[in-house]
Amino acid sequence: MRKLILPVLLIAIFALMPLIAELVGKNALMTLSARILMYAMAAASLNLILGYGGMVSFGHAAYFGVGAYVVGILYSHWMSEVPIFGLFPGSNQLLVTLPIAMIVSGLAALLIGALSLRTGGVQFIMITLAFAQMIFFLFVSLTAYGGEDGIIIRRANAVPGLNMRDKTTVYYVILVVAVLYFAWLWRVVNSSFGQVLKGIRQNERRMEAMGIATFRYKLYAFVLAGMGAGLAGALMANFLRFTSPDMMHWTKSGELIIMVILGGLGTFFGPILGAAAFLILEFYLADWTEHWQLGLGIILLLVVLFTKGGILGAVDRLKGGRQ
Amino acid sequence: MTEILRIEGLQKRFGGLVATDNVTLDVHTGEIHALIGPNGAGKSTLINQLCGELRQDAGVIHLAGRDISHMPAHERVDLGLGRTFQVTSLLEDFTVRENVGLAVQARDGGNFRVFDRVTARRSVWEETDHLLAGSLLNDRRDSRAADLSHGEKKQLELILALATQPRLLLLDEPMAGLGHVETQQMIETLSGLRGELSMLLVEHDMEAVFALADRISVLVYGQIIMTGTADEVRSDPRVREAYLGTEDA
Repeated sequence: MRKLILPVLLIAIFALMPLIAELVGKNALMTLSARILMYAMAAASLNLILGYGGMVSFGHAAYFGVGAYVVGILYSHWMSEVPIFGLFPGSNQLLVTLPIAMIVSGLAALLIGALSLRTGGVQFIMITLAFAQMIFFLFVSLTAYGGEDGIIIRRANAVPGLNMRDKTTVYYVILVVAVLYFAWLWRVVNSSFGQVLKGIRQNERRMEAMGIATFRYKLYAFVLAGMGAGLAGALMANFLRFTSPDMMHWTKSGELIIMVILGGLGTFFGPILGAAAFLILEFYLADWTEHWQLGLGIILLLVVLFTKGGILGAVDRLKGGRQ
Repeated sequence: MTEILRIEGLQKRFGGLVATDNVTLDVHTGEIHALIGPNGAGKSTLINQLCGELRQDAGVIHLAGRDISHMPAHERVDLGLGRTFQVTSLLEDFTVRENVGLAVQARDGGNFRVFDRVTARRSVWEETDHLLAGSLLNDRRDSRAADLSHGEKKQLELILALATQPRLLLLDEPMAGLGHVETQQMIETLSGLRGELSMLLVEHDMEAVFALADRISVLVYGQIIMTGTADEVRSDPRVREAYLGTEDA
């Protein structure tokens, strides 16, 4: 039962945030909390391949952005009532747009993964970055969908029975999706597949000698990770009611990596804590000085140098746990 | 007598160096066949071609009558080809039990399942505990592989290979770096497996080779110069020359 303390605590905190924000009269707190949830999902999806699978993908924001654009594009076609490619109608239904966002970003990951997973090490980092940049520039040049300016989504996607014009309702929808996502992710990392993935990170050659065709497993993880980021991006588009190429800029991929490392590479709750730490620091340091990234950089440096395992690693050490 | 492994005319070049030079060799079913030779003779290169990590330039490899020459490494494992590594190659963050469990699971299948619980796969863990119970690592099952001694790591290497239920086991210097007692233990473990599976044993420790091998092949500069029993190999002048150099050198 002790294992349940942290998740229950986290859900309780996030569930109470809108009330707390109202109590202290700071609406920005709810926005911050929602951003933490969505970035935590994106970072956790990256952690599946980076932390559990040992694949240093430097283009993960691409799937985040693709997920957001699926929502934006479906919305703009729904508004104009012009079918996409003259074939598919647009949609403003969240229960339609989220699955499509996951499928499309999963397909993007399948294509990119199939090509880039044939390499390893630094080459893999550079190839995933290159593909992400290609997708970035593709959307910059798509003038039909706003080019550099992106797409403005006038209203968040509808959910039957819910008033999605209310920011708090949107917040709770995000929370529910996030909880479902993390429950699913928990199953994955503790599954047979999860065990194989952890084996591949430690020693790919050994896994081949056990009869495992490692490429297929890495590709599967890569696609699952892309879908997770796409889901987070689709929520982000709904929350911001806006999507633009900035969401898939390479610096966003870097931020996701920072969140994972900050929280604890290959740990389940690490990405949540990492995303929270990153965004809270950004929130308060940016209030203080426009050079907030300097402060963030120093903190990241200290975490990497001294905690050996991010925030969760430091907590473990304080509890007198293993080295 | 049937052959579990038959190699014909195997060739491998690295630039100007011929690492495997027209090697023809067979391993009988149930036999322990040792492969010896001085450093740089091409023993590891040969093993790596057999298990599929290296692709030969020419030649054919048959496993139990089936041509596996162009098969990827993981498929050869499915057909019953197991191997150990010269430099131990383990899952260092996992415990001994998790290492063996994953090897059993890999063979057992269902490796793409994302909704099961790996700790709840009873048949996998029963087999794992059974494998460990009969081994020297029984007391170390919950230790991380990284914390094992060198001798224990070598034992774990062997158990991981056995967990895939091989018909032919390629052993790449299982005694390398072991002390006297550990070597004796390894010899005992391997001779306990005699008859259950066939082995191709690459080894420098001659005591171990003579204690275990039914037949011995001698590899020098990528060529098999002879195959025979321990006595035949011991008394062959070409083998002496290869190991000790010519008299006037």
